[in-house]
Amino acid sequence: MQALTNRVKAVDRKPMSLLERMYLPGIIKGMMITFSHIFKKKPTINYPEQKRPFSPVFRGLQILNRDEEGRENCTACGLCAVACPAEAITMEAAERQAGEEHLYREEKYAAKYEINMLRCIFCGLCEEACPKDAIYLSETFTPADYQRKQFIYDKNDLLIPHPKENPEAYSKALGNRPKKESVN
Amino acid sequence: MFLTIDLAFIIEKLILIVVVVSASLVIAMYATFAERKVAAILQDRRGPNRAGPFGLLQPLADGIKLFFKEEIIPNFSSKALFILGPALAMLTAVMTSAVIPWGDKVHFFGRDISLQIADINIGILYVFGVVSLGVYGIMIGSWASNNKFSLLGGLRAASQIISYELAMGISLIALLMITGSLSLKEMVLQQQAGHWNIIYQPLGFLIFLICAFAECNRTPFDLPEAENELIGGYHTEYSSMKLGFYLFSEYINMFISSVIMATLFFGGYDMPFVNEASFSPNMAALIGIAALMGKVVMFLFFFMWVRWTIPRFRYDQLMHLGWRILIPLALFNMLATGGVILYFHK
Repeated sequence: MQALTNRVKAVDRKPMSLLERMYLPGIIKGMMITFSHIFKKKPTINYPEQKRPFSPVFRGLQILNRDEEGRENCTACGLCAVACPAEAITMEAAERQAGEEHLYREEKYAAKYEINMLRCIFCGLCEEACPKDAIYLSETFTPADYQRKQFIYDKNDLLIPHPKENPEAYSKALGNRPKKESVN
Repeated sequence: MFLTIDLAFIIEKLILIVVVVSASLVIAMYATFAERKVAAILQDRRGPNRAGPFGLLQPLADGIKLFFKEEIIPNFSSKALFILGPALAMLTAVMTSAVIPWGDKVHFFGRDISLQIADINIGILYVFGVVSLGVYGIMIGSWASNNKFSLLGGLRAASQIISYELAMGISLIALLMITGSLSLKEMVLQQQAGHWNIIYQPLGFLIFLICAFAECNRTPFDLPEAENELIGGYHTEYSSMKLGFYLFSEYINMFISSVIMATLFFGGYDMPFVNEASFSPNMAALIGIAALMGKVVMFLFFFMWVRWTIPRFRYDQLMHLGWRILIPLALFNMLATGGVILYFHK
């Protein structure tokens, strides 16, 4: 019969030679192979101690951003909630009162801002929709909790640490975020 | 007083027994750890490394876990036998260490203390007897479980032991023809003076090694507990520390057969290229123990290395290998050894 491709390999059906039937050379060969694996590099990463570097476009948990003086960027415009395909974001707007200028950057702010992390699909559309650079996706991932309701993150969970009061935590939360020089 | 009891002798032996038994338990414990580490390394993994530095506390954690597991004795089992099974497996595993010479002698408090619990003149026969008893632990446990998978495992263990015990015994006869003694101590002394027995008996050693694998129920002969056909084999119904005893006795058996092989074929506590007489007796004994342990570690690694390389035999292949290859080979080895001894009048 004509072979259909040039990759055909004939199966060797010869009876085993004495050496093969003795079985021991085969065992020794196999054991040499396993022995050589002692010296091979292990691909495992010791996870909690070592971490794999992320790609610059990695999308983790959301963070609500502040500006350099520590004022919240969010104006509760609702564009992120509209953009969200999973409808994970809810918010309530409020007007900034006199004396709150150091807390909120503009006249309107989000009094309540919640993301349901069980609904969120980490698509990053909220970040794209935001005109104020108020929300972005960080490199944090694998949230874990005992109760489902704990996965509805409110402002306490989402806000980035204050850059003045807690600069260390702020820079840590910021990570090596590459893009955006602040859009005003 | 007609019967003088040497109290110091009894204390000395008691201490030795406690030390040897606890040492073999600790070694078996760490053999489980080593097994997992070796398996991991041979498969490019890391193995247990969370409990303590390098995961060294892992066996302790495993032991604690086994103790806290729920103890289940099935309703349909025969309870007394169900408990007797693992107890017997453990007992016979530990008992074997009694006749093994762990070293020459140490000199303490003006006494020469032999590092062997009992130097009986039929040492190797005792080992064989006790090791054969070991399979009763498996058989009783599997029978008492009243479960078809357990029973199949027990049946396999029994027939496997019978098939391989024969070849093992015959291969040993050839060795005994050379040494002319059944005492393990005597064999070590002979090897210390002359050459290691492996030089005279390479084929005998190979047969003995294969049979030792089969007796320990280690891969490629682990059919009694073939997990993918028999669930857990003979220990399917066992849980908690009873299961622990079964698993543990396997490792003790492995340790003991490593010691036996080192003693019979590799000079026991004889350190090669070192003249023990040039050291003080205590130092020489220490070197001897270290040499024996070094050989044992090598054998243990070999056991594990084989386990993580070779797949399990099919049952008919196992029987074929035992009855139609190893026994004729062992017989041939025995006859050839006898012929050579007769010819050279050695």
